[in-house]
Amino acid sequence: MLEYFLSLLILIGAAFTFIGSLGLVRLKDLYTRLHGPTKATTLGVGSLLIASACYFSIYGENISLHELLITLFLFITAPVSAHLIAKAALHLNLPSLAKLQETEMNDEAEIDPAGAIEKNQDTDTRNAGQKTKPTDSLSDRT
Amino acid sequence: MTRLLPHPLLTPILAVIWLLLNNSINPGQIVLGLIFGWIIPVLTIQFWPEAVSIRKPFVLIRYTAILLFDIIMANFTVARLILGNPDKLQPVFIQLPLDLTSDLAISLLANSITLTPGTLSAQLSEDRRYLLVHALNETNPETLAATIKQRYERPLKEIFESC
Repeated sequence: MLEYFLSLLILIGAAFTFIGSLGLVRLKDLYTRLHGPTKATTLGVGSLLIASACYFSIYGENISLHELLITLFLFITAPVSAHLIAKAALHLNLPSLAKLQETEMNDEAEIDPAGAIEKNQDTDTRNAGQKTKPTDSLSDRT
Repeated sequence: MTRLLPHPLLTPILAVIWLLLNNSINPGQIVLGLIFGWIIPVLTIQFWPEAVSIRKPFVLIRYTAILLFDIIMANFTVARLILGNPDKLQPVFIQLPLDLTSDLAISLLANSITLTPGTLSAQLSEDRRYLLVHALNETNPETLAATIKQRYERPLKEIFESC
């Protein structure tokens, strides 16, 4: 009976992991593609690990709980990597579907390279010997 | 006291992580875990200059429960969206004004946003007042921002910052 339950968990986990990867193929731009691997796979890997913890706790010699750690680290690292990829994509001005519906994206995309240019100018002027603090330009911009 | 034990909370957490990693509760492993839990915060004090204090532990427990439930719901939502027609999706970017100030609270909020239904935190503005959030399928950006603020930001503010 328990084995059926555990197999069900493994099947659910495999299905969600598969759907998360399928999102990479089906969705159209980078930002929407990020949603698949960050979310659909957390439940997928989560239920696989629950099945593993149950199986080895019951049939193994000791209670096995280090699967909890994998879940914990997954919950910490998946959003951070997604955040970094999204940040890099914004910085590179990659095409986005959201641009068509919402003007905010345009604003943000324009602010970003402008900020980068300002920073470069800052470093240039500092190299030239003029002491302009980077915080000044920040407060000007905001 | 503060130099010898910079993060009192981190010590038991690291000890528990060490025990989970070793998958045992031998007395020797407990002592070793406590030693690591003491020495790692002392050695890494420069990465965590500000002290972390949890003001309302029960709010934290409730927040974790809400978050776990939302993560499970998020998986079903996103799975349905992926399997549905991708051309009908309406992705938008929204600017979320932040009330939080501490680093830990902001990073926890960003993590929560990414793990919960259809939203992804993309960028924190340099003055730390706005978080750029990408929503996978949202027709009403104002209600989304209000929901995030009410559901995730307020408990985090209660937990980590006195208000």
